[in-house]
Amino acid sequence: MQKSNVDIRSLQIGFGGLKVLENLDLHVGASEFLVLLGPSGCGKSTLLNAIAGLIEVKGGEIHIGGRDVTWAEPKDRGIAMVFQSYALYPRMSVRRNMSFGLKVARTPQSEIERRVAEAAQMLRLTNLLERRPSELSGGQRQRVAIGRALVRHAGVYLFDEPLSNLDAQLRAELRVEIKRLHARLGATMIYVTHDQIEALTLADRIAVMQGGVIQQLDTPKKIYREPVNRFVASFVGSPAMNFIPGKLARGSEVAFIAGVNQLSLTGYAFRSQPTEAPAVLGIRPEHIELTASNDPSSVSARVEMVEPMGADTLIWCRLADGTAFSLRHDADTQVRVGDTLTVRFPADAMSLFDETSGQRL
Amino acid sequence: MTAVAQTLPAARRSKRMTPARWGLYAFIFITALYFLLPLYVMVVTSLKPMAEIRQGNLLALPIAPSIDAWVKAWTSACTGLTCQGIKVGFLNSLRILVPSVAISILVGSLTGYALSLWRVRGANILFGAMMVVAFIPYQVFIYPLVRVFSFTGLGQSLFTIVIIHTIFGLPTMTLLFRNYFASLPVELFKAARVDGAGFYQIYARIMMPMATPMIVVAVILQTTGIWNDFILGLVFAGRDNLPMTVQLNNIVNSTQGERAYNVDMAATLLTALLPLAVYFGSGRWFVRGIAAGAVKG
Repeated sequence: MQKSNVDIRSLQIGFGGLKVLENLDLHVGASEFLVLLGPSGCGKSTLLNAIAGLIEVKGGEIHIGGRDVTWAEPKDRGIAMVFQSYALYPRMSVRRNMSFGLKVARTPQSEIERRVAEAAQMLRLTNLLERRPSELSGGQRQRVAIGRALVRHAGVYLFDEPLSNLDAQLRAELRVEIKRLHARLGATMIYVTHDQIEALTLADRIAVMQGGVIQQLDTPKKIYREPVNRFVASFVGSPAMNFIPGKLARGSEVAFIAGVNQLSLTGYAFRSQPTEAPAVLGIRPEHIELTASNDPSSVSARVEMVEPMGADTLIWCRLADGTAFSLRHDADTQVRVGDTLTVRFPADAMSLFDETSGQRL
Repeated sequence: MTAVAQTLPAARRSKRMTPARWGLYAFIFITALYFLLPLYVMVVTSLKPMAEIRQGNLLALPIAPSIDAWVKAWTSACTGLTCQGIKVGFLNSLRILVPSVAISILVGSLTGYALSLWRVRGANILFGAMMVVAFIPYQVFIYPLVRVFSFTGLGQSLFTIVIIHTIFGLPTMTLLFRNYFASLPVELFKAARVDGAGFYQIYARIMMPMATPMIVVAVILQTTGIWNDFILGLVFAGRDNLPMTVQLNNIVNSTQGERAYNVDMAATLLTALLPLAVYFGSGRWFVRGIAAGAVKG
């Protein structure tokens, strides 16, 4: 099985006067699992459809496996695709669904049978081969759709929100299955989703998109720890990151002033020289630490609400000046509503954003 | 469909006969009578000998019922100069019907498929134009079309009438299939394209097998429409291929001497038999097909 890289150069796509993608560049390495993540309408599905050749591009180039396929038919691009609505051919059995593309391509019958059997075995579909799609559950249908993609032995596999139609448990199961498949085949995969958990668990790299622009392209860890702007910070992570408005102050050390509280920023990796200006502090609930009240860098907060989430507990607090935030604590926490906590915001886990541009400082 | 069937009985339904309900039933009964009465008269009259008809008891049952009128209508009634009954017309109609229905559905579904799934440039304008033309009374087209066919040398023939029916069926058939294909998830079409299927392969192997309910609807619409056609058959089919409707008219209107009402009635019933059979045989499919377009299958 060949593994193709994908190279997209200044791609432009528009419908009528509406520009969906403008000068988009993206390189996906061979065997890489790239996730396109973003809210609906951000252009991620459009980009995927353009790679598949199902949407006409207005400008730019798409190269797959070193070949310029900008104007090639979908079948000549060395791709396979899995759709959100499964898109199985309803009047064909599972076997015929999987072999349809190969038959169209005039693959020898013995080869078709070999590939279908192989894919069916990999996806545990062997017993279902003679069934019609209507006789399958949602999870089984999507496995068949993945099988139909696999038998093509494509250089790149494209997934368009494949798990969005499934219920939560099946989604988690199939997510693991897709990850295992990637590990086993080492194939290049481009995966579109709006679910940040899927993105974080599956991806080698995530491209977070908004408004047709890739905001950040990096490893899941980097995206999570060091979001480049407020959009990425707020879109990735659940429960969501806390944002506290305030300003930067340069005294003996750089500090963040939020109302009456002063938070030390020693240890924060500034991207450029900090200036005294309004800013927004972002910190994830699990990075806020409970500490002793005599800690000089601590602030005190009142507990307003406690949300037990099973594995842990989310505690909603409010500072004296009215700023609200949430923090994550053990499942068996003794904290009650009305308690006063002393908390610490570690500088190395913070993200600071410019108030107007929203860019990371 | 099933959801509706399940929720209805659950709703509390009064079985009491209120005055409003009485009125409703009375209305339905009278309406049914109103539509069934002519049919009754026709059936009864066709079974009476002429002597009984002359007595003028229109609603009376036949005293000595016989099927002589039916036999005569079928085999020996005079349709103009020849006297071979309406069976000639029946066979002509059949010869017009079968290719016309098949070809009009083929062409209409192909056009609907192309207009709905392939982003043809100007598809909407084309479709709009087709719909507008569908509302123009087709009498307007007859003279120009006669000129066109006589100019091309096709004149009046079986071939001509089949082309005519295909053309006049095109807007309806296109509308039917376009709307059905447009209601299918577009990802199905995308998947087939990724699988490498071309225009005709997607049509024949993916789309048409899914369109069975629409095909049934199309067959019913076209069969009844073409069978009931009079003027197009009269103008374009040619003397040897006149359809049953035209022959029926000849039988009814070209009588010399006494009017044979029983034969007229029998011939009319014979002509109406096929559409009647189609509706009785396929009503269930018809409803299913109309509904299938509305919800994603």
